[in-house]
Amino acid sequence: MSAPPSLPGVTPDPWTALRRHTPARIALGRTGSSLPTSEVLGFALAHAQARDAVHAPFEAEATAEAIQALGLETVIVDSAAPDRASYLRRPDLGRTLSETGRAALVARTRGACDLAIVVADGLSSTAVHAHAAPLIEALLPAVRAAGWRLAPVIVARQARVALGDAVGELLGARLAILLVGERPGLSSPDSLGAYITFAPKVGRSDAERNCVSNIRAEGLSYEAAAFKLAWHAREALRLGLTGVGLKDESDIAALEAVTPPRIAPAGSRSPTG
Amino acid sequence: MAYRATLGGTTWTFESLADLMAKASPPRSGDALAGIAATSAQQNVAAKTALADLPLKAFLDQALVSYEADEVTRLILDGHDAAAFAPVASLTVGAFRDWLLSELATPAALAALAPGLTPEMAAAVSKLMRNQDLILAASKRQVTTRFRNTIGLPGTMAVRLQPNHPTDDPAGITASILDGLLYGCGDAVIGINPASDSLSVLGDLTRLMDDLIRRFEIPTQSCVLTHVTTAIQLIERGAPVDLVFQSIAGTQAANASFGVTLELLREGLEAGRSLNRGTVGDNVMYFETGQGSALSAGAHHGVDQQTLEARAYGVARAFEPLLVNSVVGFIGPEYLYDGKQIIRAGLEDHFCGKLLGAPLGVDVCYTNHAEADQDDMDSLLTLLATAGVTFVMGVPGADDVMLNYQSTSFHDALYVRELLSLKRAPEFEAWLERARIVGADGRLAPRAAGHPLLTAGRVG
Repeated sequence: MSAPPSLPGVTPDPWTALRRHTPARIALGRTGSSLPTSEVLGFALAHAQARDAVHAPFEAEATAEAIQALGLETVIVDSAAPDRASYLRRPDLGRTLSETGRAALVARTRGACDLAIVVADGLSSTAVHAHAAPLIEALLPAVRAAGWRLAPVIVARQARVALGDAVGELLGARLAILLVGERPGLSSPDSLGAYITFAPKVGRSDAERNCVSNIRAEGLSYEAAAFKLAWHAREALRLGLTGVGLKDESDIAALEAVTPPRIAPAGSRSPTG
Repeated sequence: MAYRATLGGTTWTFESLADLMAKASPPRSGDALAGIAATSAQQNVAAKTALADLPLKAFLDQALVSYEADEVTRLILDGHDAAAFAPVASLTVGAFRDWLLSELATPAALAALAPGLTPEMAAAVSKLMRNQDLILAASKRQVTTRFRNTIGLPGTMAVRLQPNHPTDDPAGITASILDGLLYGCGDAVIGINPASDSLSVLGDLTRLMDDLIRRFEIPTQSCVLTHVTTAIQLIERGAPVDLVFQSIAGTQAANASFGVTLELLREGLEAGRSLNRGTVGDNVMYFETGQGSALSAGAHHGVDQQTLEARAYGVARAFEPLLVNSVVGFIGPEYLYDGKQIIRAGLEDHFCGKLLGAPLGVDVCYTNHAEADQDDMDSLLTLLATAGVTFVMGVPGADDVMLNYQSTSFHDALYVRELLSLKRAPEFEAWLERARIVGADGRLAPRAAGHPLLTAGRVG
């Protein structure tokens, strides 16, 4: 990130040591009032990675195969959004199952189950390609230990968070965990989020879910995320709710087990799902 | 009542005033998502034509959002100043555009007119204005506010220093603050979007900024952008709160989705003022807004998003804020799809805010799922600076590592100052010169590793 001080016209900043405190782009140096060329190109690359994360085609079949390799059944469905451009403009379509998707789920339903796992491309197919199957693998021991009846894993294309409500309702699941590619940032193009919803059904609000965010190599590890998800799932089934009524105390439970992971911030500006 | 325009032998009909306003709006994805946008380019022009013939007074007779059901409508209509409105009371919306661009609309005339204008009038006329009209008319309207410095003077532009960190790490936030100050930014406010909502963390962040401002005697103000009720709690616990923040919108129901009412904003204002921490003024509120927030909350009442955004400024001005910030490209492409829509919306928001008397700044920004890039931000920043924008954001390298979006950088502020000879708030500019961060010409001075901010302000 640093501009070599030998370049003509470029003024380096003598506080590069502060960079160890933050991932923010500080001490970039300048040429006149402007960014040095190396920083302009570095920013362009980061933006390109984030753009590609949004627009790279979702490899649903490969994702499903990776999940099948864990010994799980999968079903691939589409939302009602016909393409990426419609998906970005029409959040309502991304929250609705396509007719063929609905029919596919109805055909596979075999009575009630405890847990439905949904894998949604969301806003970063890059995140789903990288992290969905490994996270499910990390979660499986807890699922088996609890004896939860697991529905086939649903892999959903052009899907937003609330699609998990329609899927969970059709599958008759007591609880839905939806893994979704989060809105990519320049320094986090491959961040996966996980939303936990008790008694999923169409019309649930985001206040009725819990979220574990920032699952990626530089963020929350698979093991830490799986620990949090299992904790939330157990508490949700015990209390019969998710959302604002279920406060995350997994850090307390985690003290003896793993490095305390971080729950997603609500932030003072929340993007819409 | 229906509105009509006949163009080239075709008569277009608009079933209500809200329908007319929506169909007259320049295209944007949010209005299409709401199902209220014009469905053809000719229908859009027909609506503009009908709107141009509408008397401005119509907006006093006919509320777009119910007076009985919406306290924002009541605030707007009950607060309308008929005497201030008199100079334009007989005009149509189209004639009002002509008036705004004429020699009659002096800075003094525009300032006197503000209490006589409703947000709906401002929104209506903006729909008939091209980008150059929005820039020229806004440039004539100065809105000046004060807390520890003076913001909005002619020939100045302020910058909010936004030192966000993904885990609110104090050393990380301090590092970004020092970077920004050494790049000459921070006169609008040093404002943190916290990741946490823990009162103790928010109190610590408030004290961190207060310590820095007091130790180096920086004539600026701080803000932790948390809910107004949280700011009130922090004040009750003795935290050194300068500005009270809140996100607001243009309908009562959208504000309810933010957990606020006008009464609660009033309480926030009183709590902020009770501390008497301003030295040159008592504008203690900092508001953020953005087109699409009402639709996002299912609270738009069939009204177009730009008109509702103008109503949010109608809310803001009632609380004498120091800063009002339209986070124009933040909400996402389902509301503003691409660079063209973001640029247009930024210019509309700035114009409407200024016309109504709000100290309007713009977070010139986009998310990575919008069809936009830094070139679009350069364009909007340059246009807004020529229009006299009150302030913009300063984010290290334009990359907000907490909120995951791109805004404008410390370098961007330097660029536009150099291009247009824009000064900072005078008290802050004088401090920068005393601190040898800038020279007498306002440009950055040569860098010194031993600068007191870096040695005394050392972190970690």
